[in-house]
Formats: sequence, structure tokens, C-alpha cells
Amino acid sequence: MSVASLPSREIHAQLEAVTRVFPAAPGAGAQPPVHALGPVDLDLRKGEFFAVVGPSGCGKSTFLEVLAGLQKPTAGTVTFEGKVVNGEVADGIGVVFQEDASFPWLTVWDNAAFGLRRNGVAAAEIRRRVDDTLAFMGLKDFARAYPSQLSGGMRQRVCIARTLVLQPRLILLDEPFGALDAQTRLLMGDEVLRLWRRTGASVLLITHALDEAAMLADRVGAMSARPGRFIEVIDTGWPRERDSTIVGEAAFGEITARLWERLRGESLKALGHAGADSMAAE
Amino acid sequence: MTRVGLIRLAVIVGAIGALELACRIGLIKHQIIIPPSEMASALWTLLASGSVNADIERTLGIIVLVIALSIVLGFAAGIAIHALPRVRAALDPFFATYYAVPVFIFYPVLIAIFGLSVMPIVLIGVATAIVAMIIATLNGLDRVPRVLTKVARVHRLSRIKTAVTLQLPAAAPYLFTGVKLSVSYGFIAVIAAEFILSPAGLGRDIADAYADFNNRRMYALILFLLIVATLVNAALHALDMRFAARRSGGRP
Ligand SMILES: Nc1ncnc2c1ncn2[C@@H]1O[C@H](COP(=O)(O)OP(=O)(O)OP(=O)(O)O)[C@@H](O)[C@H]1O
Ligand SMILES: [Mg+2]
Repeated sequence: MSVASLPSREIHAQLEAVTRVFPAAPGAGAQPPVHALGPVDLDLRKGEFFAVVGPSGCGKSTFLEVLAGLQKPTAGTVTFEGKVVNGEVADGIGVVFQEDASFPWLTVWDNAAFGLRRNGVAAAEIRRRVDDTLAFMGLKDFARAYPSQLSGGMRQRVCIARTLVLQPRLILLDEPFGALDAQTRLLMGDEVLRLWRRTGASVLLITHALDEAAMLADRVGAMSARPGRFIEVIDTGWPRERDSTIVGEAAFGEITARLWERLRGESLKALGHAGADSMAAE
Repeated sequence: MTRVGLIRLAVIVGAIGALELACRIGLIKHQIIIPPSEMASALWTLLASGSVNADIERTLGIIVLVIALSIVLGFAAGIAIHALPRVRAALDPFFATYYAVPVFIFYPVLIAIFGLSVMPIVLIGVATAIVAMIIATLNGLDRVPRVLTKVARVHRLSRIKTAVTLQLPAAAPYLFTGVKLSVSYGFIAVIAAEFILSPAGLGRDIADAYADFNNRRMYALILFLLIVATLVNAALHALDMRFAARRSGGRP
């Protein structure tokens, strides 16, 4: 696998004026439609590490699912590798979800092998790729364990492994470490950097942690309160070879501070919105 | 054997022993209950004579048929109803109150319609057992985490593959509860139906022996049914434990 030392300018995935409105729920307790996202424009470059930060409930997961093809955009177009994505997940896209999505009835090994088996890959090739990926994710000693025997962070790693064995060219991660403590999160961040470098895939990471975004990504998109739009996209300028020790650099502090400056108002709005909504519901 | 298992065994042995003793010393009259040891020897003679083989075959055959129909049809109905939210909303009250109504009262109606044959017994058996399977299927599908459906779409699985490779195993513990209930209900309904009115079968045999004051035969047959029911349930329980142990990684 050859890996360019710098992210190219080639566009890998693109969103053009994408919005997502959840239609009003029918029936008695009529919910008004929810404008969750957009309009959003974004060019994801091939091989780059892009992070999205934003206040809670601003539409980050919706953004990821529209980009993945799990939800149809209400307006606008999503393209991946030049083809329009419309409510179906394209080949080459891997997703790790916010919730624990490991399969409790399968061992770690079988969890990881799931996608390959469905694709009819030869047994020897499955064994090679799964063993390799589990070793890479530090799960080798747990291959025979069931998810219920693992911690939350390990289960998320199982889900990452299950995605990686399929060798996706675009990896979407929705707050995969949201439930972990800060130290573990830093270490998991290093692992994501490692897998990003090794696979050469483009990575889109959603997080609510500003420092995580600032430390990991080539570019960070700051999202407004709902409906989520990008209010700023910051270039971090980190070298490709990097790890969590960059939290000691001055630039790291500057980027985090800049993100907070942009997001403070939005986060307040998100809080205020909740209050205003419940009052409007009277 | 575990400590709990030992205690359990002791309770059973103690109860049988107490009954044996009570019968032997005349505390319980022989005309009412015969000692367990006599039940066992009577059962042995009965089985050896081969005179009940036809009834055993018939009754167990009906029970297997009822259970199989209930599980397969109940599962299919559960999947269909789950896919149709409006139908489900309409049916929910029926499911919620189904077992509050003694379905059994329709047995005479079924006999009036289908005559004294296997049909009414099968129908009353399925009617009793199937709803447990439907409810368990609905419950199981409800509890399949939504994220699994998303995973299925990321892996670009067809609907059928999603159902078989993800929804079914995710719902399996709940489905198994349905299977266990269907087995119990099927068993009870078939024997009871035969007992009330049937041209043949073990239930009918017990009723006849009772009417003839033939205690040895009656208790032998009751003992036989107890043993079969216990073995079936023990087998299901063992299976359940194995699945649970796999999911929790060897910690049942
Ligand atoms: N299926 C749906 N139907 C209606 N509204 C929805 C649906 N899914 C999400 N929403 C709403 O859309 C908005 C954005 O949700 P989304 O999950 O994308 O936010 P998020 O930024 O990922 O939040 P979090 O930080 O909690 O993960 C929220 O207000 C949410 O309530
Ligand atoms: Mg989210």
C-alpha cells in the first residue's frame, strides 16, 4: 500500500448544498418537522483526516449518515468517488457507529470476519486479513472472547476491526470513543492516526471533543447548532507522522482555543434552543 | 453436581419418599394414590406389554405437530406483523389479553365443526401455543438494536440476509423463550383436549382409567407424561444454558 506523504487535492467525497429535514411525525402528538442539517458544502480530499466538531444534537450523526448513504439528503447532492450517493451505501465506505454495534453472539474473531464472509472471500484470505487486523488493533489475545467479556473501548475496537478488514477507502467514525475516559481517548486517538496512515484511507471523525479534533485531524470542521452547518473549517497543518504528544505544542493550544471561540456561542445556542423548544411546545 | 443441584435432587427424592411413606403406612388410601414405587412398576409393565404404544405414538405425534406448527407459523406471523406497524397496533390489545381468555372453551365448538378427530386437538393446541411464539418474536425483533440495521446496510446485505445473519441471532434469546412457552402450552393443550373428549390418545387413556377406577394404569400414564415433559424441558433448558454461556463467554 503506497501512502502519499501529503493529502492530495483530489476530491474523494463531496457534499453540495446538502440539507436533511426529518419530516413531521404523523398522528396525534404531531411533531413539527426537524431541520437537522445544512445546507452543507464540503470537499473531502483523498487521504485526508477530517474531523467534525459541534454542540450536541447539532446534526453530526445525521451529516455522517447522509454522507455514508444511510439517509437520503432532503436537498443537495452527495458524491463519493465521482458517483452520486443516494440512500445506499457505496462500496468502499466503512462506518463505525456512535452506539456499540458489536455482535454479542459472535466471538471477536467472527465479528471481524463478518463482512468478508458475506462477500464470499476465500477462507485463507479471511484468516489472513482478520488475524492481521486483530493484531493491528491489539485484539489478538481476545480473538476467542465474546464482546460481553470486553470493555466498552475494546468493543468499539472490535467494530473498527470489523470495518478495517473490508479495506474501506473512506472510513467514517461517529464519536467512537465518546464513552471513554480522557486518557484512553488520547491513546485511541493514536490508534486512529496509526490506522489512517497504514490504510491510506480518507478518515472522517465525528467528535464532541475539541482537543481530539485538534490533535488528530488535517482539517477540522466546526459545526453550528442545529441545523448543523460548517461555520469554519480550520487547517491544522500537522505533519502526517504525528501522535498524541502534539498536545504539548503551542499550535495545538491555538487550534483548540480557536475552535472553542467559534463554538462557544453555538453550544450556548444549543442549550438555549432546548429551553426555547420546550417552552414553544406548550 | 453443584450444591444447588444437590439440594434440588434432595427435594425431589424427599417428596417422593414422603409420598411413598404416606401411602405405605396408610396415611393416604390406596384407592386415592398408589405409592410411587407401584406407579413405576405399573408403568414398566404397561410399557413392556406394548398396549399403549399406539396411544403414545398418536399423542406425542400430535404434540410434536402442534409445537412445530406453532413455532414455525408463530415466527412467520411475528415477522409479518412486526413489518406492518398498523396491523400490529390493531392486534396488540388481543395479544396483551390473549392468555387472560380461556381459549380452551372453544374446544367443543371445534369438535362441532370438525367432528371427533385429530383436527380439533391440533387446532386447539396451536391456538394455545402459537400466540406465545408470536409475542416472543415481536418482542425479540423490538429489541434488535437499531444500529444493527445500519450495520447491515453498510455491509449492503439484502433484507433476507439481514434477517438471517443479524436480526435472527440478535433476537434469538427472546425467540427461545417463545419456543419454551410453545412447547409447554402445546403439551398442556393436547393432553387436556384428549382428556376431555377424544377418540384415542394418552389423555383419553387417563380419563378411561380414571372412570374404571384403574389406579395402576392411571398413575402409570400420569408418571409417563411427567417424565416426558421433564425430559423435554430439561433438554430445552440445557440448550438455553449453552446459548447463554456462548453469549456471555462461558459465564452463564
Ligand atoms: N430519525 C429522526 N427523526 C426525527 N428527528 C431526528 C431523527 N434523528 C435525529 N433527529 C434530530 O435531529 C437532530 C440532529 O441529530 P443528530 O443525531 O444528527 O445530532 P448529533 O450532533 O449527532 O448529536 P449527538 O451529539 O448527541 O450525537 C436532533 O435534534 C435529533 O433530535
Ligand atoms: Mg451523534
